[in-house]
Amino acid sequence: MKSTERKATILCKLFKATFLLSAFTFGGGFVIVSLMKKKFVEELGWLEEEEMLDITAIAQSSPGPIPINASVILGYRMCGLAGTLVAILGTALPPMIILSVISLFYVQFRTNPIVALALQVMRAGVAAVIFDVVINLAKNVIKTRRVLYIGLMAAAFVARAILGVEATVLILACLAIGLVDVFAQSRLGQKRKTEVQA
Amino acid sequence: MNTLLLLFFSFVQVGLFSVGGGYAAIPLIQNQIVDVHGMMTLAEFTDLITIAEMTPGPISINSATFVGMRLAGVPGVLLCSLGCILPSFFICLALAYFYYKYRGIQGVQTVLGALRPAVVALIASAGLSILVLALFPNGFTLGLEGIHLVEGLLFVGALFLLRRFKVNAIAIIFGTGVVGTAAYLLMGLV
Repeated sequence: MKSTERKATILCKLFKATFLLSAFTFGGGFVIVSLMKKKFVEELGWLEEEEMLDITAIAQSSPGPIPINASVILGYRMCGLAGTLVAILGTALPPMIILSVISLFYVQFRTNPIVALALQVMRAGVAAVIFDVVINLAKNVIKTRRVLYIGLMAAAFVARAILGVEATVLILACLAIGLVDVFAQSRLGQKRKTEVQA
Repeated sequence: MNTLLLLFFSFVQVGLFSVGGGYAAIPLIQNQIVDVHGMMTLAEFTDLITIAEMTPGPISINSATFVGMRLAGVPGVLLCSLGCILPSFFICLALAYFYYKYRGIQGVQTVLGALRPAVVALIASAGLSILVLALFPNGFTLGLEGIHLVEGLLFVGALFLLRRFKVNAIAIIFGTGVVGTAAYLLMGLV
């Protein structure tokens, strides 16, 4: 009885959080991922930071809208299938409601100068939220003190922000580097073992 | 075929083949709705993309809702969005299952370790491009003559409030919208 009660509370919080985040996500998949990191890692403490980064990588490289992909994984993690359905509903409902209403008078909406102004200035706030999240994330990458990780972060940033390489391509490239790293570490481990035996 | 079913399957394809977020979905939606089925004109479609970008939420769900509402009312909204979501649901559920099953393994952790710094860089670069759009709405220039000071001040103020006082992110986004709009309107009046 008690565990079902707890599950209901989590599902309720999950719906509320995804609904609110989705309603205020202006500007693409990485914005909602930053908001999710703040909410689920920093505020609620439901996920570890590394887990959120893994979820982001999976959501980015799978087909479909990134916020929906991230919600599926996040919901599954919290409450299995029920969590997935609740998180999808929370993420999909705000755009469905907002767009249904706006589609009825979209010409007025699109040409309204105050709407355009508000959307333009809001970008400053969205950018600040993302920078806040990135500062914390980058600090933790630097704290690992692994040259490989810090180098990958810098190289990926240059590749994406300056050279315009596709995000999915970068994720696949880093996946390959990770596999090489596994191989190198296991070789290193074996070498150490034989040295100790000798 | 029934319009509703046609819409549903069109958006299943959009959901299934758009890898990498909303901007990857736009040409697919155009192909399905404008080119193949002729359900909208190109001018209507351009309006649709503008609206989808101006409103919160994923571009593909926004487009699915807009197309569904214009062509088939509320049942259209439900079927188009469902079509767009279904591929994500099955694919990501499977990936989530495998991720949580195998992520405890040392080798998997090492691979993911190399992935995480790249994800940080991707988020940083998304943030940078939004900042550039905020500061230079009329196109980026290396000199500072095109810079919008109001947005610059809002960004610095918002970042300060977030770092120093841990103000809620949604309050920050909403707040910059209100304060910035008010600032521009007042400047226009004075």
